[in-house]
Amino acid sequence: MIWAVVLGAAAACYLLKLAGLSVPQVVLDNPRVRRVAALLPIALLAALIAIQTFSDGRHLVIDARAAGLGAAVVAVLLRAPFLVVVIAACATAALTRLLLS
Amino acid sequence: MTADAPAVSWREERAAVLRAAFGVGLATGAYGISFGAISVAAGLSVAQTCALSLLMFTGGSQFALVGVLGVGGAPLAAGATAAMLGTRNAFYGLRLAELLRVRGIRRAVAAQLVIDESTAVAVGQASPRAARLGFWATGIAVFACWNLATALGAVGAGALRDPRDLGLDAAAPAAFLALLAPRMRSAQPWAVGLVAALVALASVPYVPVGVPVLLAALVALVGLFSRRRT
Repeated sequence: MIWAVVLGAAAACYLLKLAGLSVPQVVLDNPRVRRVAALLPIALLAALIAIQTFSDGRHLVIDARAAGLGAAVVAVLLRAPFLVVVIAACATAALTRLLLS
Repeated sequence: MTADAPAVSWREERAAVLRAAFGVGLATGAYGISFGAISVAAGLSVAQTCALSLLMFTGGSQFALVGVLGVGGAPLAAGATAAMLGTRNAFYGLRLAELLRVRGIRRAVAAQLVIDESTAVAVGQASPRAARLGFWATGIAVFACWNLATALGAVGAGALRDPRDLGLDAAAPAAFLALLAPRMRSAQPWAVGLVAALVALASVPYVPVGVPVLLAALVALVGLFSRRRT
């Protein structure tokens, strides 16, 4: 099942890339389509951040990941490069878990 | 094609483009290590992780797919989230089509390389010739570094006893935050982001795992009704 999703979603992503290079400009050049397309990643990324920090399957939880996200926010505000943001989050979550256990 | 006399020679322009492409490739490689590690920590095999980087080859969608699967989300929801995040590449392609002017097999290959990084380098160039070089050089550099780094990260994380000991479950939200931050330039993105996060969290207890993110995506439809440019 995982393989089916990996291959299916990869095919969908490829076709989207190909469509951009292939379809006539007028189809995607509608201002409303462009606005939704610009807002879609924002809605998805914000939701993913919330879900993957504050949920554990079907329940809302606050655990070491929240501390990790806090560290990531600080790193982003300090304009740290991508890898530093991720490492700061991991290290903070790991330390928090260690201290709480 | 206009043949205007450029201020800098093509040799210099080409060197600058190749330097940018190589730098972007290396930076993305570092990001690929974290993808490989997160994917294996989320429960995918090393082979599945490497297949994602080879075949899907668009970071945001890959992180989303393994992220939703990692919290126990339905595979279909994970796939749908990844595909929706991939829609932005269609708009990049739209912009690149007039620069690249590719047909047939070259178009089929170019399509796989249409990502954030190759688009950014290509559209940042002064001449169409430099833009084409920027697209291909960045696309190929990122493809090579991203896949190599993914394999390294996946094998490295596979050797860990419990990825949570290193806080790897906090890596995905941090990666999403780093991807989101540059987009938060005005009030509308902030409003959409906050409402989307609230919709997702509020629906967690009531719908299957993975679906909250899809519900939150509907918030982007506000773009149909607003007049402001984003």
